[in-house]
Amino acid sequence: MTTLSWAGRPALDRARAVRLLQDYGVYAALVVLFLVAVGLDTSFVEMSNIRVQLFQVAPTLLVALGMALVIGTEGIDLSVGAVIALAASVVPLYAGYGLGAVLVIGLLLGAASGALGGAMVALARVQPIVATLSLMIGVRGLAEIVNGNSAKPVSQSGVLDLGTSIVAGLPEMAWLAAGCAVLTGLLVRRTTFGRHLVAVGDNRQASRLAGLPVRRVLITVYLISGVLAALAGVLIVGHGAEADPANQGLNMELNAITAVVVGGTPLSGGKVRVLGTVAGALFMQLITAVLTQHNVHTSYTQIVEAVIIAFAVYASQERGTR
Amino acid sequence: MADVAEGALGGPGPGSDPVLEVTGVDKSFAGVRALRGVDFTLRPAEVHALIGENGAGKSTLIKVMTGVYRPDAGTVRLAGTAREFRNPLEAQAAGISTIYQEVNLVPLMSVARNLYLGREPRRLGLVDTGRMNREAAEVLGRYGVDVDVTRPLRTLGLGAQQMVALARAVQIDARVVIMDEPTSSLEPREVETLFSVIRRLKEQGIAVVYVSHRLDELYAVCDRVTVMRDGEVVHTGDIAKLERLRLVSLMLGREMAAVREKGTTAFDTGRRDVRDGQPALRASGLTVRHRVQDVSVDVHPGEVVGLGGLLGAGRSETAKAIVGALGTESGTVEVEGRALRRRSPAASIRAGVVMLPEDRKVEGIIPNLSVRENISLAALPRLSRAGIVSRAKQDEVVRFFMERLRIKASGPDQKVGDLSGGNQQKVLLARWLCLNPKVLLLDEPTRGIDVGAKAEVQALIDELAGEGLGVLLISSDLEELIEGSDRVVILKDGKVVGHLAGEEVTEEGLLDALATAPGAPDQAPPDGAPADTDTDNADTQDAGAENAGSEGADAGTRSEPAEPAAPAEQAGAEAAAPAAKEKQR
Repeated sequence: MTTLSWAGRPALDRARAVRLLQDYGVYAALVVLFLVAVGLDTSFVEMSNIRVQLFQVAPTLLVALGMALVIGTEGIDLSVGAVIALAASVVPLYAGYGLGAVLVIGLLLGAASGALGGAMVALARVQPIVATLSLMIGVRGLAEIVNGNSAKPVSQSGVLDLGTSIVAGLPEMAWLAAGCAVLTGLLVRRTTFGRHLVAVGDNRQASRLAGLPVRRVLITVYLISGVLAALAGVLIVGHGAEADPANQGLNMELNAITAVVVGGTPLSGGKVRVLGTVAGALFMQLITAVLTQHNVHTSYTQIVEAVIIAFAVYASQERGTR
Repeated sequence: MADVAEGALGGPGPGSDPVLEVTGVDKSFAGVRALRGVDFTLRPAEVHALIGENGAGKSTLIKVMTGVYRPDAGTVRLAGTAREFRNPLEAQAAGISTIYQEVNLVPLMSVARNLYLGREPRRLGLVDTGRMNREAAEVLGRYGVDVDVTRPLRTLGLGAQQMVALARAVQIDARVVIMDEPTSSLEPREVETLFSVIRRLKEQGIAVVYVSHRLDELYAVCDRVTVMRDGEVVHTGDIAKLERLRLVSLMLGREMAAVREKGTTAFDTGRRDVRDGQPALRASGLTVRHRVQDVSVDVHPGEVVGLGGLLGAGRSETAKAIVGALGTESGTVEVEGRALRRRSPAASIRAGVVMLPEDRKVEGIIPNLSVRENISLAALPRLSRAGIVSRAKQDEVVRFFMERLRIKASGPDQKVGDLSGGNQQKVLLARWLCLNPKVLLLDEPTRGIDVGAKAEVQALIDELAGEGLGVLLISSDLEELIEGSDRVVILKDGKVVGHLAGEEVTEEGLLDALATAPGAPDQAPPDGAPADTDTDNADTQDAGAENAGSEGADAGTRSEPAEPAAPAEQAGAEAAAPAAKEKQR
């Protein structure tokens, strides 16, 4: 992989190489992967293929953005996949009232679920992994109750448009996800909330003694994660033209965590890398696509993904001087 | 083990060969010498007190004796044989058991299983649970622990857990038992049980090293004492022959007779008396369960009030209770005559009361954020419009305070974790000063920072008081406390035991008050007092105990210079190449 090219330069001592790898590794890896993909098959750069990739990556990226914020507070949100299912389950019910109604209801449900998880973490001090695990189970159950047993088709044009239309050559979904990424970046860097979030993740006790609204920050972070997951859920239904809460969003929490980790955000909190998360999501999407397009069996694809995740976590731990 | 019962109860057997002997031990961490030529001799069947303030080297010495650290120089002899323990297990196998204040057992396992962990009685290769439970109950009964041994350990009180740990330690054929702050989590009744167990250990010829900050306990149970200061042994001898006052002055490194006027602090030693008018801060009747009892403190604008007391006296807890960082059972806090209704750090900060915490790394800095962000952290809402931080305003404030406090950093973008201790402390001061507070609570403001920064911080405290800020100063540096404070409130075991004002603010005055028995500051110290069994005393012991636990008595983690030193060096190494990382932000 690309790491070899970094470590192999004689002029760089090890510490510096590790740091460069942590900071820019994911971008370099993404570029190299892209070049390799094109080298193997030039049809990879055709617009049709790029659109397909972007359609697939957009929901993952949305969820990963929320996940990056949660991880920035030294938390984790396992409930996002279930929230996708919950949002999906209400789409057929409200599609008749138009896209606006679908979005309002879906996002409100996502917000409620996120706020509940955040409250468990911030107020009841349940460990994030446990709090959101219970939500993950409960919310998916709720989604299946709302939807009934089978997948339901959705034919309302507004919802379908959101999931399929092309704007300025690229999927509307991708523009939406990119917009959310920009907003998340601004949120983290420029707002009081964003700076509080990072401080809470880095040293919660010091943050509390510095008078920061620690609980409010935590609840808000999980709420944002829930809303973004719900948005992803509506997009997934729009793209697939059916609501299938038993299957939609499955493993999404893991994909999102992978994107965040590969993007260089440490699980120990105190740092949120939004652009890195975008690159991480794209990288995981492309590697799967490349392997699949070259007829590598899914089993091997999974193993490759596992190696990448393990390597990314290993590399991020090298910072070690906390 | 050797049957050396000659000295039972009556003190150590004279002339008996030492069971544990440490000779000329040096130990350094990252260039900081934690131990210097330390000699320590433990005789069989004696209870040996090991005392010293934070950073004196007690914990490092214990860790050398138990194989956690290997000495740079010097030897450890057990029963006459030089030993080099590679890890605590080896030391344990050789007969040195350690009981830490945080109980090192498996909380979810049953009491009996904990007691026999790793050496369970077996039958046909399987654990003989019945026999194990029977024996465990019998053994624990002797330690005054009468519980269902099949319960998970964590359902027991902390005191009972400690007894289990003790029983376990002694069962493993211990020749030496090291107790690090064993009473810090015990109830008074349990302290009595512990003492009787210790006496029984003596009868069996077992030597005990007893680390505690509670003088009453030392005089009640110990035979000899070793006092450490700054990594060296400054005194060893029979405890009965050592006056309390002398003990305290040895610990703090202040000779009673030789209190000089040299003034190494940067304070203007003139005393202000500004106690007219309304106090900026009035805390009344603060009580924190087991830690602080009915403490009242006033701070007037322009005044520096010192909080005096030994480790575990409840000084930090008082400061934390004032700013709402520690829940209080009762008591009120008024700022400029107005009572604070909500009590939380955030509410206190809004009212103008801020606290510089004792533990800079854990409670103060946000290590991975920049100097800019650390300074402006608490002020962010004031530097923002509609939630968006104004970079211009932020830079203005940060630049002003970096200049005023002479914060040495490569720039406002440098990570705070990479700065030296003194500069980190200045960054924290700047964080509060940019809020224009009315009252500043300073908990050990110059601990662990270099001499230059120390003088600067001290001068700053004076300057701030001159500008009308009320300051509450906590310092274990006696000179700093005396020269910096206009008045001193003395705490002991969580209670106010004395006040010094004006001419009385001297080291003698403070040492006198510190060595005096609890609650009776004006009486002569009852030297060599018998075991304190009356309930009054027991209560205050309890309060002190809880304190010791939180105020830094968990010496293993942060009271020794070793621990802070190591990360500091790492930070320095990282500072060498932070550029790439910073750009990323």
